[in-house]
Amino acid sequence: MRKDQAGLYIHIPFCKSKCGYCSFYSIKSLNLIPDFIDALNKEMKFYSELFTSFDTVYLGGGTPSLLSPQQLETILKTVGKFYRIDPHAEFTIEVNPGDVSLEYFRALRFLGINRLNIGIQSFDNSLLKFLGRRHSANDALASMKAARDAGFSNIGLDLIYGVQHQNIKSWENTLQKAITLKPEHISCYQLSLGQKTPLYQICQEQGMKLPSNEQQAKYFFTTSEILENAGYLHYEVSNFARQESLKSKHNMKYWQHAPYLGLGPAAHSFLRNKRWWNKSAVTRYIRDIFQDKIPVEDMENLTPAQLQFEALFLALRTHTGIDLNLYKTKYAIDLLEDKKSIIGSLINNNFLEIKNGFLRPTLAGMAVADSLALI
Amino acid sequence: MENIRNFSIIAHIDHGKSTLADRLIQYTGVCNERNFQDQILDNMDIERERGITIKSNAISLPYHAHDGKDYILNLIDTPGHVDFSYEVSRSLASCEGVLLLVDAAQGVQAQTLANLYLALEHNLEIIPIINKIDLPSADIDRVLEEIDSELGLDPDTHIKCSAKEGIGIEEILEAIVQRIPTPKGDAENPLAALIFDAHYDSFRGTIIHCRVFEGTVKSGDIIKFMFNGATYKVEEVGHFLLTRTKREKLSAGEVGYIIAGVKTVADVRTGDTITLQERPCSQPLPGFKEVKPVVFASIYPIASDDYQDLADSLEKYKLNDASFIYEKDSSVALGQGFRCGFLGLLHLDIVQERLEREYDLSIILSVPSVRYRFTLKDNKVIYVDNPAHYPDPAEIAKGEEPYIRAAMMLPERYLGTVMKLCMEKRGTNSTMNYTGPGRVELSYEMPLAEVIYDFYDRFKSVTQGYGSFDYDIIDYRESTLVLMDILVNGEKVDALSQIVHRDRARARALLACDRLKNEIPRQMFKIAIQSAIGSEIIARSTISAFRKDVTSKCYGGDITRKRKLLEKQKAGKKRMKMIGQVSIPQSAFLAVLKSDTD
Repeated sequence: MRKDQAGLYIHIPFCKSKCGYCSFYSIKSLNLIPDFIDALNKEMKFYSELFTSFDTVYLGGGTPSLLSPQQLETILKTVGKFYRIDPHAEFTIEVNPGDVSLEYFRALRFLGINRLNIGIQSFDNSLLKFLGRRHSANDALASMKAARDAGFSNIGLDLIYGVQHQNIKSWENTLQKAITLKPEHISCYQLSLGQKTPLYQICQEQGMKLPSNEQQAKYFFTTSEILENAGYLHYEVSNFARQESLKSKHNMKYWQHAPYLGLGPAAHSFLRNKRWWNKSAVTRYIRDIFQDKIPVEDMENLTPAQLQFEALFLALRTHTGIDLNLYKTKYAIDLLEDKKSIIGSLINNNFLEIKNGFLRPTLAGMAVADSLALI
Repeated sequence: MENIRNFSIIAHIDHGKSTLADRLIQYTGVCNERNFQDQILDNMDIERERGITIKSNAISLPYHAHDGKDYILNLIDTPGHVDFSYEVSRSLASCEGVLLLVDAAQGVQAQTLANLYLALEHNLEIIPIINKIDLPSADIDRVLEEIDSELGLDPDTHIKCSAKEGIGIEEILEAIVQRIPTPKGDAENPLAALIFDAHYDSFRGTIIHCRVFEGTVKSGDIIKFMFNGATYKVEEVGHFLLTRTKREKLSAGEVGYIIAGVKTVADVRTGDTITLQERPCSQPLPGFKEVKPVVFASIYPIASDDYQDLADSLEKYKLNDASFIYEKDSSVALGQGFRCGFLGLLHLDIVQERLEREYDLSIILSVPSVRYRFTLKDNKVIYVDNPAHYPDPAEIAKGEEPYIRAAMMLPERYLGTVMKLCMEKRGTNSTMNYTGPGRVELSYEMPLAEVIYDFYDRFKSVTQGYGSFDYDIIDYRESTLVLMDILVNGEKVDALSQIVHRDRARARALLACDRLKNEIPRQMFKIAIQSAIGSEIIARSTISAFRKDVTSKCYGGDITRKRKLLEKQKAGKKRMKMIGQVSIPQSAFLAVLKSDTD
């Protein structure tokens, strides 16, 4: 993967039901899918001169696995028509354990998709129900088996912790069960509830509280310890890979300031010093495109200071950290010199370390990455 | 000159001074209802919010009296707080008479008396006005009795009014014309004009408010300030109507303004005398004194980049506040700043609010201090108002602190709690007087340091607002003083150092540690807070570190949202002061210096 190679993200904004904690944009009106696909195909053409090739493709959502193989094929054919996709590209689709079958997975393989991200969240059925997930722990196991049978050799699981009703024991069980499935990648997200999510409302009404800061820290460090002991590399705040080469190449682009094109409602794009994002309402997205308008909601021109700040806080989320020389060339800032005393004390206190020209967070540092970014 | 009357309104706080001024202005038709602001003389937000007039100001009211003649009634407004009694005295010196306003329900209060004494010192004609007679709780007979017995004024001379309802306004205007003496003086004599205020106008520079006692001043004249001999060429003179109104000249008896290209108000001293360079008067008008601040504190910008802005703002602020003084100061922990002197804690609050509100600065204030006096072993006497200059304890032969005599008036039912409070504040030599049924006048001698710490707030709270309080500085008295330091992770925060009485040190130390613990947010590191006298730690508290703050999701490409969130936090952090690695919010500094009642 070349760092300056762009990634392609396609947002599929449909869900059969909405999970109580999710604040990503999605709708339940599946009848809009055909128009949406037409619009999406047209949107690709808009950018065919700005972007020419990609070495990662990521179908996210929403629930991309709601689309039939035929629908996905239409989309991917158009992708192929306007852009060159690297033959070794990482090609990921997010799937929901309840929706998939061996046949479906085989069809995905046939379309060239080589990586799955399965939204398992938990192996605790009562917790799944509380979260508003449509699937059970058994569905998760079955989908994992089907994916392997279909020949997927790069599978990521999404898990969630820090939920009301959960305790650290239940979380450890979920982690252990995940480990036995030997996925190549595990993402462990700490629940954060947007104020507009239904679960937030419920928790407000019933007086349920999210774990305290101490408990959150315990979840975080326990997770890291268990997965590292099982041979996973804790390479970003929430992400673990079985080895270097199995990190999510697409997500790495976000953290490394590589260019990316986001298609579909609410998708974000980034190129050089510009970031823009699409309108989130599917109907408005479709309407704009049908009227030959780019469905962009807003765009920002990032100042050098903003770019530099982003580079800092994004890199400090990752195990790799900041390439100090590159940072110096790019932003004309010698971090070590500029922030000498604070960095020195963060190193003494075991939040940061310097290795091979990289300034990187320790595990304790990763846990407080937001504060590290404010140095 | 026969048709000029110069007067002021004096009253205890909230007795309706501003409302009465408004009514007089309205009645005389300087402005109509439509452009009438509720409290026209109080033209600063802070004053309006606090319901007190801080800066004195003046307005000329044209009035056609019952005798058929036209008069100019110059109303000179006065600040209504104990911190500003010198400014009050200069305003009063510019008048021939006062309206002494007494609330019909509350009766005579401590400041009513204090203001009356000031008026009597200036031999002013006093017209007692009983205001708020429309209130159901008005007790006019009792107030008349108080006017007689407590103020020693002839109750038959009073006027009843309700400024709010507009009752009695005409009677007051007639009384001003008939009873307040015509100003004396001769327009042909050498110029002698009293500066009672000055304010800064960004277009015209300093606008001097003055009362001309002798002589005449007009544009083109070269004037001289007698205090420092500075000379200026007069650009414009005029009267204060609703706005400044240019006139050809100002002559003996008149009140108005002078614009003379005075760039900084530092050159203008309230109470100074203006004369003409060519033909000066023989001596300045009496009563001038340099105001002496009694409370001192340092001001630092939160971001050291803001130092120049702070310097500029203080300079600008100073343009409008002659009683405020400042000089450069620097702190090991907080960097470059200014040591400032204030007339009192209210004055300090006002300066702080103005700097933050009008000049948009984030500042940190050190713990206020009074001016202590130390006699060293070599018999040298030094004054210390900044804990940073506390002498080496081994060299001190004697420490002394300023004492005040506090005059309080309160309903008898609060006597017990107030006496207890005064004793807690090291009060001595009390005297007590029943001034009327159920009313007590209480006096104590107390260290000024205790008063500025939290006495006033607590006094108001224990008397539920019914008590009134005034004070005079009397002398210095010997005291066991110590320097108490605050250390954050072992680093001394010199802005939080305080000079305190030995017996009070531990309680103060515990409170400070506790306050800081509550106000300083948890950070990546454990934070130890200690209070120390020399090397002896007398109190401590600990803030544990947070171990996780990072939020999970940062993908889907929406980096913008995350950045904005972090930028906001970064801006918030910028508003904190770094002491070593610890970010201390402004609120923590404030919490330490605020009283322990709230």
